[in-house]
Amino acid sequence: MMTFRNLRVAALIVLAGSAFLAITVTVGCAARGPDPFLTQSPSIGEAPPADGFIRRWYILEPIGANGLTDSAVQTAVKKDYFPNQFTVVPRDGDRVTVGETELRWHAVETNDYNVNLYYFAYDLGKPTSNVLFWAVTVIHCPQEIPGVRLAVGSNAASVWWVNGQEVIGIYGDRQTVIDDGVSKRLTLKKGPNVVRGAIVNGGGATDFCARFLDKDDRPLQGFVVTVGDAGE
Amino acid sequence: MNSMHQTRLFLIVRTILLLIGSVFVGASPAVALNGQVQIHDPSTLVQCNGRYYTYGTGGSSLVSDDGWTWRRGVMPARRGMAPDVIHIGDRYFQYIGSNPGGQPHGAINMIWTRSLDPNSPDYKWEDGGIVAKSDGVEFCNAIDPGVLLDPTDGKLWLVYGSYFGYIRLVQLDPTTGKRIDPNDKPVNIAINCEAAILIYRDGWYYLLATHGSCCRGADSGYNIRVGRARKVSGPYLDHTGLDMLLGGGKLFLGSGGRFIGPGHFGLIDEGDGVQKFSCHYEADLDRGGASVMDIRPLLWRDGWPVAGENFKEGTYAIESVRTGTALELAVEGVPVGGRRSRGARGGGMFGGTGGGPIPAQDVAEVSANWPTGNIDIRMANYLCQAQQKWTVTPVADAGGYLGSPYFKITVAGTDRTLAVGEDGELVALPSFTGGHEQLWRLDQLTDGTWRIMPKFASTSKESLVLSAVGSSFATLAKFDPNSDKQRWLFKTP
Repeated sequence: MMTFRNLRVAALIVLAGSAFLAITVTVGCAARGPDPFLTQSPSIGEAPPADGFIRRWYILEPIGANGLTDSAVQTAVKKDYFPNQFTVVPRDGDRVTVGETELRWHAVETNDYNVNLYYFAYDLGKPTSNVLFWAVTVIHCPQEIPGVRLAVGSNAASVWWVNGQEVIGIYGDRQTVIDDGVSKRLTLKKGPNVVRGAIVNGGGATDFCARFLDKDDRPLQGFVVTVGDAGE
Repeated sequence: MNSMHQTRLFLIVRTILLLIGSVFVGASPAVALNGQVQIHDPSTLVQCNGRYYTYGTGGSSLVSDDGWTWRRGVMPARRGMAPDVIHIGDRYFQYIGSNPGGQPHGAINMIWTRSLDPNSPDYKWEDGGIVAKSDGVEFCNAIDPGVLLDPTDGKLWLVYGSYFGYIRLVQLDPTTGKRIDPNDKPVNIAINCEAAILIYRDGWYYLLATHGSCCRGADSGYNIRVGRARKVSGPYLDHTGLDMLLGGGKLFLGSGGRFIGPGHFGLIDEGDGVQKFSCHYEADLDRGGASVMDIRPLLWRDGWPVAGENFKEGTYAIESVRTGTALELAVEGVPVGGRRSRGARGGGMFGGTGGGPIPAQDVAEVSANWPTGNIDIRMANYLCQAQQKWTVTPVADAGGYLGSPYFKITVAGTDRTLAVGEDGELVALPSFTGGHEQLWRLDQLTDGTWRIMPKFASTSKESLVLSAVGSSFATLAKFDPNSDKQRWLFKTP
């Protein structure tokens, strides 16, 4: 399996032109075990599995944030960090500058129902506590789908938008539970729909899962998830 | 005293208690229906053209448009004792007991009509003759009929009898309502009780019969007992294995609250897992000890019927069976006693404040920060906070449903009202204005949980009810009796 870390290792080896340099690659951190959950996402579209979970996402490297109450999280996610943060659909490798720090978007695919942000950040040598992760994905619908609901779980708090409209906020120091936060009914338009989340972690593990539920609360099918070039 | 007078009295008493510093949490007693509900030995309720009908001893009858408010109906063509009614095909069969020669010389007559509405051209009671009798010597008193249309094979059964000897079973013709063979020997299935009736559920036949004495007002020992059998002919054994032919019977409903002497069970199956039952109390203490009808939820536990209670007004946490989370206003909660960091004060991390009791949260204080307009409704872990406590109150003159009036649901200590918004989603309005979208029907399901339905959906085919699959937003969805998404608990907050 080609993980992020492995990709970076290979790249650095080539750049160094040395067969003896494959030791440490992540920024500000010694080498750690390979991320057991995330790989770089292929750019071709993928229909959701039977359980409906969206497995492909763009994830931005973490931003410092504190507080898990409703107001603290709302303040954190509404703060201006980088241009077009509520509209951008990034590409893999895009970089933004937050304060003095340059952060990179990663197109990832999880091999489980959830996206493990702890290992994502840990593997990059980034902090995992008191941080905010931005997550974006694009789902393409062959036709308009009314009456669906976005259903997420997150560790810890998170706020979610669909096509720019805020639809879910779940707060407090919580663990990821499938369908923990469920939006009101909404309509997915024909063509691309942008799903955006901001996950705020206090300490310890951090991850999220997301899927759409149909009008009968069954996992929504019939759409394609794209990141990478196909997501543009 | 009618229900609304009682409600007002209750509110006054509660206010006085609060003013003198008492802490009130809990529920008031339920009331038995509204309007003219005085009757003795009511039959099983039947519906005709959307109205509910029941018939009692002496030719009395009651009719209701909604199952909550009742009025006197028209006397049928034959008067007698403790009738039972069943609707099969296009006919309503009424079975009526009498003691023409004095007990135990009894007879059960049948009359039938195609409509129970006296204004209908089809309203005409026809005489169907005698379907069962006792000769005054045999060990049976042929009155108090109860009929069952067996859902497994379509056979129609009649049970009858009253204290003098046996409760007996005979088969009727479901097309004519008459006895299939008058010469067939009746089967004895119970003894020394009356008001017997059969129901069927999940492979069991249940015989519900009334023990104790009737007709003595508040001194009546009437109580409803039950036994069950795998075959309609018995043996009907109670939970201890005692045969009802030997006097057995598991208590289903006895006296309680303000009601003394329940008897004459009648099943009301509303479908979708909602069952209720009718009965009468020998004495309703809130109505001067008169005999009145009531309609209550029917629950099932470990294969036995259990008498539920109609919703009692009070203050509750409303918890989803599916999610274990509770309904709340979507506002930032304040921890009871204020925010504290771990171990920062008092006796350390686990020492609390180091002081005495922490008082209940003052809704007037915390609600000062709530938005003044509409507020979303969401699900969250219950933390005893003000935005999570709901007061459920019956609403006068807003109609009702089988057994109960409609309720309003407000955040305790405020006028914030649970409603269905214009977008079809749940919302809290700043105050109650009486609209149908602010009135709620609360039906107890057979497992004891509750179904919460807005009034405007109560009469629609969609049966939209409160539904939750997670935290955040609960919604309205079509009722699915096989799911726990729409089952709710009302808990002491």
